[in-house]
Amino acid sequence: MPVEILMPALSPTMTEGTLAKWVKSVGDKVEPGDVIAEIETDKATMEVEAVDEGTIGKILIEEGAEGVAVNTPIAVLLEEGEDESAIGNSSSASSSSSSGVSAPADEPAAPAPLAASSESEATQPQGKIVEDRDILYAQGQVIEPVPFDEALFLKNTQDQTVREALRDAMAEEMRRDETVFVMGEEVAEYQGAYKVTQGLLQEFGDKRVIDTPITEHGFAGLGVGAAFNGLRPVIEFMTMNFAMQAIDQIINSAAKTLYMAGGQMGCPIVFRGPNGAAARVGAQHSQDYASWYAHVPGLKVVAPWSAADAKGLLKAAIRDPNPVMFLENEILYGQNFAVPTDEDFTIPLGRAKIEREGKDVTIVAYSIMVGKSLEAAKKLAEEGIEAEVINLRTIRPLDRWTVLESLKKTNRIISVEEGWPFAGIGAEIAALCMEHGFDYLDAPVRRVCAADVPLPYAANLEQLALPQIDEIVHAAKDVCYKG
Amino acid sequence: MPVAAKKSDSKKKPDLKTVSNSAPVPDAEEMTRFYREMLLIRRFEEKAGQLYGMGLIGGFCHLYIGQEAVVTGIQSVQEPQDSIVTAYRDHGHMLACGMDPKGVMAELTGRRGGYSRGKGGSMHMFSREKNFYGGHGIVGAQVPIGTGLAFAHKYKGDNGVAMAYMGDGAANQGQVAESYNMAALWKLPVLYVIENNRYGMGTSADRHAAGALYRRGEGYGIPGEQVDGMDVFSVRNAARQALDYIRGGNGPYILEMMTYRYRGHSMSDPAKYRSKDEVSKYKDGHDPLLILRRMMDEQGIAEDDIKAIDREIKDIVNESAAFAQESPEPDPAELWTDVLVKVEE
Repeated sequence: MPVEILMPALSPTMTEGTLAKWVKSVGDKVEPGDVIAEIETDKATMEVEAVDEGTIGKILIEEGAEGVAVNTPIAVLLEEGEDESAIGNSSSASSSSSSGVSAPADEPAAPAPLAASSESEATQPQGKIVEDRDILYAQGQVIEPVPFDEALFLKNTQDQTVREALRDAMAEEMRRDETVFVMGEEVAEYQGAYKVTQGLLQEFGDKRVIDTPITEHGFAGLGVGAAFNGLRPVIEFMTMNFAMQAIDQIINSAAKTLYMAGGQMGCPIVFRGPNGAAARVGAQHSQDYASWYAHVPGLKVVAPWSAADAKGLLKAAIRDPNPVMFLENEILYGQNFAVPTDEDFTIPLGRAKIEREGKDVTIVAYSIMVGKSLEAAKKLAEEGIEAEVINLRTIRPLDRWTVLESLKKTNRIISVEEGWPFAGIGAEIAALCMEHGFDYLDAPVRRVCAADVPLPYAANLEQLALPQIDEIVHAAKDVCYKG
Repeated sequence: MPVAAKKSDSKKKPDLKTVSNSAPVPDAEEMTRFYREMLLIRRFEEKAGQLYGMGLIGGFCHLYIGQEAVVTGIQSVQEPQDSIVTAYRDHGHMLACGMDPKGVMAELTGRRGGYSRGKGGSMHMFSREKNFYGGHGIVGAQVPIGTGLAFAHKYKGDNGVAMAYMGDGAANQGQVAESYNMAALWKLPVLYVIENNRYGMGTSADRHAAGALYRRGEGYGIPGEQVDGMDVFSVRNAARQALDYIRGGNGPYILEMMTYRYRGHSMSDPAKYRSKDEVSKYKDGHDPLLILRRMMDEQGIAEDDIKAIDREIKDIVNESAAFAQESPEPDPAELWTDVLVKVEE
């Protein structure tokens, strides 16, 4: 059957063009790949190549014709043994254009409800699957997390620093799972730039505790490849500031691959390291990246405060089949907390903790700001204001339910973070309260953030730039109209 | 002991007797197999170009036409446990490692039957079954990932080698140098394949790369070799030697495959930066399929047998194109799936 050759598009936006030149003429034999014509648009010229083998039977659009619409038949190709008489039926000629087929995505894609693709999902509308939470939120639902009885684990505890708790979490998971390994700058021989990996090399050897060159982009990508190929890497950044060198691998490779692969291949990896300001290390070593990573679907973002948080959350992060950004804090490393001794102690990701109950105002915080908020709550109590302090623990997926339930109780809420205000975590909390807690608000949401400047070095300026206890107190009183 | 970088005699016309020392003499069976595999890639890509022209494939579409010998030759000496990762000019690699042309074409048209169920597109397809790890859209990003695949091979002790493909443009990326360093330092089983098609998009290699790309590993002690990437047997022989070296526990190896892409960088690139004479020099004088056809003729392989392969490939490609148009668009509910792996609590 004769085959119609159609006017091709040079790009998805091209609708018509000029048939500038015929390179082949009627009677010429062509093979796949042979250039048969040239077409032009105002932007470019391109060659039209034959896809099928045959003989040019008829030219339908003459050289020089302008405004030829895409998919218009421009010539007819005869197969072996056919002659021109076959063209009479050219209306029925097979054209691989199949003009009846509409181009994909003609209609704008309306957001569809989350598919109940399995029985278990359909029967679990309570959001037991934490990974669906942000999707359900996009559809207007705030999901209650599954209860977690932490008190059960708190019967037997030991005092540990955050540093020790993180080390124990890694060591326990490495004992439990042969595929877990730790890699980063100074993690092995040096025992960790902040001594977080102390003793791991001695216990697990240099196959599983690996010092890297100072090439963050390279070893982050190497970790992603290892995770694709069946391992569970824990990649330490000496600070999260250096992870900016590697952010392409974190976002484009680790976070997006599961989706781009249609679910076929995920990336079970933990990127961890100190995040936020330390003490007078200047603008390039002090940034809080919580909102950067929380912006990205496909990542989980965790920010522990206490040593118990650090241990339970890091163990959960290592077991999680998804890429997790684990944001630690250098100043907290040396602080002591009671940590459950049970090796099965893990804290489910996606659940906030109420660190202090109160009825007058809610303070939402994460990482080091939880401690400052608790200090602020003490001061507020002296003035007769009972603040409820929420430790977010996981930034994404955010435990919105716990925040809103607290708001329903206190009707006043502030957020505290070490990051900058613009599009920060506080902005997300404020949006949440607008969208789902508007009727419960007795005062506008207030945000306490770092000053909107690169962090200065001078002691007094640094103090001014970072959120302090008094600022938290002030903001809390403000929303209680007791300023 | 590090082997010095060397340059195979790629300026000469490919002549198997001089290209490699202990290379096995190709037989009719191997020639036929290579012809079939390379023709599948050629015809598949031509069809993809056609579907693009009809508006059935959108976005970016980077065709592999002209470079078929590279992936075909390397794949032929791999072992089943080996892994592959490449950039965005990736359809040829998928077909070479045995992925179903229907699934690849349906991904190009963004349909339900595609390897990523329509959510990845031309640059983002994966197959765990075939150890094909993508399909990556960021120039050079696949190189540390390939190094990580190799790290896992060594860690697990599965005797696998990772094939990390990159273009001449990607070879300049900092993360490639970072990868070379770590792979050499830890003797990782990775074969770096630089597919030098002489242009990083529109910038020719002599304008974007200082020095020879196969020598970029020298400082790290990684042996490198330049190979005629238009001759599938030169490719196969070089890859076999490199893989033997790597599997011997010696660490990484670099093969720079001198090749050429006939089409633009992507479908929307009219390729004004090079002359027609230059393109036809390769197309007419150094085409991987023509070189192989000549060898097959000399070998006395019957014209009818070759025609039968041509017809078979034509059918496979037409079927894949039909499937790619018939397969429905993804269910709208797919928008929300596969963001995170679900953990049952």
